[in-house]
Amino acid sequence: MTFPLSGENLTCIRGDRIVFSGLGFSVEAGGAVLLTGANGSGKTSLLRLMAGLGRPAEGTIRHNGVDIAEDPFSHRADIHYVAHYDAAKPALTVEENLAFWTALHGGGDIPSGLAAFDLGALKSVPARFLSAGQKRRLALARLVAIKSSIWLLDEPSVALDRASLDNLRAQIARHRDEGGAVIASTHAELGLEDAANLDLTAFSHQRPAA
Amino acid sequence: MFQIFCQIVLRDTRLALRQGLDAFMVVMFFVITVTLFPLGVGPAPNLLALMAPGVIWVAALLSTMLSLDRLFQHDYEDGSLELLLLTPAPLEVVVLAKISAHWLLTGLPLIVASPLLAVFMNMPSEGYLILVTTMLLGTPVSSLIGAVGGALTLGARRGGVLVSLLVLPLYIPLLIFGVSAVDAVLGGLSVKPHLLLMGAMLAAALPLSVWATAAALRQACE
Repeated sequence: MTFPLSGENLTCIRGDRIVFSGLGFSVEAGGAVLLTGANGSGKTSLLRLMAGLGRPAEGTIRHNGVDIAEDPFSHRADIHYVAHYDAAKPALTVEENLAFWTALHGGGDIPSGLAAFDLGALKSVPARFLSAGQKRRLALARLVAIKSSIWLLDEPSVALDRASLDNLRAQIARHRDEGGAVIASTHAELGLEDAANLDLTAFSHQRPAA
Repeated sequence: MFQIFCQIVLRDTRLALRQGLDAFMVVMFFVITVTLFPLGVGPAPNLLALMAPGVIWVAALLSTMLSLDRLFQHDYEDGSLELLLLTPAPLEVVVLAKISAHWLLTGLPLIVASPLLAVFMNMPSEGYLILVTTMLLGTPVSSLIGAVGGALTLGARRGGVLVSLLVLPLYIPLLIFGVSAVDAVLGGLSVKPHLLLMGAMLAAALPLSVWATAAALRQACE
């Protein structure tokens, strides 16, 4: 069967250090994978490879069976990558920030994105006045405003309060019900108890590359 | 794809206009630098007229320099650049849009200010039109070449100084032909070869530097 996203025999090298090697993963439609491992075991590096920022030193990542290096555009159109940084422009309002990213992806549903993370009341506030948690919610609102089937979430729960965490859980559950896949690295509870666990410690190296 | 281009140009323009000072600073630097010359070399009208094209061109290139480290730096720091890289369109479109916005916000004000400064430097009036023409051909090239430098120095400490060292030598041909075109008109010679060469520089820089900038950005975000 073809998975929405899968990878085989992946090696990641950063600087002169092998972060991990021989790593494989797959996530099915409606499925979820939780990345675990100590700090520096390569969770962010793996998510970046999955997003297509940089290529693995070895191995291939496939999106619906197609190597993402061969067809990067349809891969990019179908994923969301939420990184540590929130990419919020201080001078633009919440709505303008979201509208920009939505327009780059050919349109989407901005009001429902704002509503999903309770940003409706903040929509005309410039992003420079937002707290860390509110900026995070703005980054997460992209997930809902722009439809795509694979979510790559790097510590999505950082700085979120209880209510927003519940919203995030609800959105992840809804996304999976609709057949979407989620790959997340997190230390908080995301309602992913049934997710496959990928422990990067098993693949990680703490020695220099030969 | 054209929509992506427009959206990015629109966003960068809007950002620069809201942070008002940023866009204004470059053209103010241009005006002040040129103003320093009459004060420094003395108000001898003939001497100033002789120096005018060179001084204006050098000041314009230095002003462009000031804005280069900001071209990609903010997007790099707040994570926007990664998301721009993940836009479902060739990165070259994104780069071309960023460079176009940069030209609109720095190149265009410099062009508008240059005839004014030419008056200031006592340049003969038949040189105004050709000065603006050379700037019109030259400032897009300086934005294009500068973008390569800006992208290469992402993440470097003291990137602003490094970008000057990388990019200023590449501006030399631009300076030579920009100034000699104006001198040719003032001296009653044919201006065509100079303008053709500047046009050739623009035609070469357009694909080459967009391609190189995209490669440097991919490298920076790996």
